[in-house]
Amino acid sequence: MKLKTWLLGAACLFATTGLVAAETLTIATVNNGDMIRMQALSGEFTKANPDIQLEWVILEENVLRQRVTTDIATKGGQYDVMTIGTYEVPIWSKQNWLLPLDDLGADYAADDLLPAIRNGLTVDGKLYAAPFYGESSMTMYRKDLFEAAGLTMPDAPTWDFVAEAARKITDKNKEVYGICLRGKAGWGENMAFLTAMANSFGARWFDESWKPQFDTPQWKEALTFYLDLMRDAGPPGASSNGFNENLALFQSGKCAMWIDATVAASFVTNPKESQVADKVGFALAPDKGLGKRGNWLWAWSLAVPAGTKKEEAAKKFIAWATSKDYLALVAEKEGWANVPPGTRKSLYDNPQYQQAAPFAAMTLASIEAADPTKPTVDPVPYVGVQFVAIPEFQGIGTAVGQQFSAALAGQASADQALSNAQQLTTREMTRAGYIK
Amino acid sequence: MARAASARRRIAFTIIGWAVGFLVFFPILWTVLTSFKSEGTAIAIPPQFLFFDWTAENYATVQSRSNYLRHMTNSIVISLGSTLLGLLIAIPAAWAMAFSPTRRTKDVLMWMLSTKMLPAVGVLVPIYLLFRDFGLLDSRAGLTAVLTMINLPIIVWMLYTYFREIPADILEAARMDGASLGKEIVYVLAPMAVPGIASTLLLNVILAWNEAFWTLNLSTSQAAPLTAFIAAYSSPEGLFWAKLSAASTLAIAPILVLGWFAQRQLVRGLTFGAVK
Repeated sequence: MKLKTWLLGAACLFATTGLVAAETLTIATVNNGDMIRMQALSGEFTKANPDIQLEWVILEENVLRQRVTTDIATKGGQYDVMTIGTYEVPIWSKQNWLLPLDDLGADYAADDLLPAIRNGLTVDGKLYAAPFYGESSMTMYRKDLFEAAGLTMPDAPTWDFVAEAARKITDKNKEVYGICLRGKAGWGENMAFLTAMANSFGARWFDESWKPQFDTPQWKEALTFYLDLMRDAGPPGASSNGFNENLALFQSGKCAMWIDATVAASFVTNPKESQVADKVGFALAPDKGLGKRGNWLWAWSLAVPAGTKKEEAAKKFIAWATSKDYLALVAEKEGWANVPPGTRKSLYDNPQYQQAAPFAAMTLASIEAADPTKPTVDPVPYVGVQFVAIPEFQGIGTAVGQQFSAALAGQASADQALSNAQQLTTREMTRAGYIK
Repeated sequence: MARAASARRRIAFTIIGWAVGFLVFFPILWTVLTSFKSEGTAIAIPPQFLFFDWTAENYATVQSRSNYLRHMTNSIVISLGSTLLGLLIAIPAAWAMAFSPTRRTKDVLMWMLSTKMLPAVGVLVPIYLLFRDFGLLDSRAGLTAVLTMINLPIIVWMLYTYFREIPADILEAARMDGASLGKEIVYVLAPMAVPGIASTLLLNVILAWNEAFWTLNLSTSQAAPLTAFIAAYSSPEGLFWAKLSAASTLAIAPILVLGWFAQRQLVRGLTFGAVK
């Protein structure tokens, strides 16, 4: 009798575990505020899908990139959903490392995605990653300092105006600098800024036959302009300033202008962290009248690696996290100002969002002004605004960034830096087989 | 007169000693202090030392975002496991090389050390593929094995130098008194080498605890140690120094406590044989 009871109990237990045996999705993502919010709200997804459990791997951007690249290149199969950027998508999809995401369901409304963002994630007509949030760069400026100097920032400034205003406002004795820009070497640091800026000066990384273009007058003009401006109106030691260093400078009231990622807007306007929260204005990134603005485009996106055994559940999660309903869920729980920006047209048409996020219009205009498929004035063979979507770019971009950073530190002239950049890029591109 | 001078000297040395100690400890102290600040205060210029609004909010955030206990357990298992496994292999190896050296002993030691000269990333892909094929990715067993292999040369080298300090004559005397090999190691060699073995153990636990390349690359979630926990809080876009400091404090706390209790052994072991 006792044995029978035990057996029955065991059988029941076995049956129940079989019934509730949930599929576990391992999701790799970056530790940005929007993603952390997604993790916190994911209980809503598991509530609606009790057969799916989520395991989160949240890492800093650079660690995450190395980690997921190793895994996908070796088909390690450790992740079912990966967070990747616009740089990886074209490269990885060509390697057949990603599954296409054209079938995210009828109510997904893929046509609602912002075209500039969607284009950057589409290869040969197929969407390979669903955008979670998009960002561009823009000009943040101190309204009080501009007013005191008798200047008015236009919504769409030119580089000449920015330079003139920066020089006028700079008061090095009071530690007020006209402009803070990235100088720290790295393909995602100073080269993100300088590549986007050079686009607006009519420069490009390569011509249509992959020949490096650092020996052109456009690059010389762009780099000289940047170096002169930073020498006259930039903070000291700018060659080691990246996003965080400039953020700290701007928040403590030392910069009159800062051109950087749109995500910074929420930081500099937060009174808990910023001493200048109520004095910040926004404008588009500057241009040179050539039809391209000096702003970049990036979208953190969710993709499914080709090796996963849980394709269906992974797609279900992505469809949830990048849907219109998710935006509404964030708005309901945390307010419209915390909704992940830059992915859907409907968000920018929403009056509640426009009211809650004063920088919404500027973010949208910045994103729409950048086209990753046509990033430069003259035609190029590559995709990417502030990068070139080829595997070799991380190495080359950082090496060129070191040359430009050295020039900013006064260790080399603009000519020397450009000639070194031309030489090293030509050597690497020849070695990689782009130049025959 | 001479006594006064020597007292002055002692006071001066004490002050210098404390100053150097404070300087070395300062980054850790600053991390702990920052972990109790708000994000705004953490980046304030001039920096605020003690008089700010203390808050435990960062610890609450870190607790709610991450599974600290899982990461800490993994760190303890991996670092202790790899060190003990390493000692098990290294003690006999170091014994053999110290007391029965051959013509090639030095070459073997150099060869072992040379494996440390290769940049780790150079073998990432082959090791990753091996781990994938053996099903060791994201497992504590896999990480323990890889850290054992990484730290083995250091363990062997350290033990070898300690064992060399022990006069072979004592072992020989034990042998002449009729001690077997086992008894010789357990009753004669081991007691004399305890400080050396203890400091090797401690140093390697610390090295394994801090190892951040392999533990990050070969783990995902289940086996991820505290290195992955910290990597979730550093941020290239955003100044979250207070949260990062809270995570760092939590990550170094266990090893700091261990080091505090074991400092006498550690110092004795590290200076063992230095003064004859």
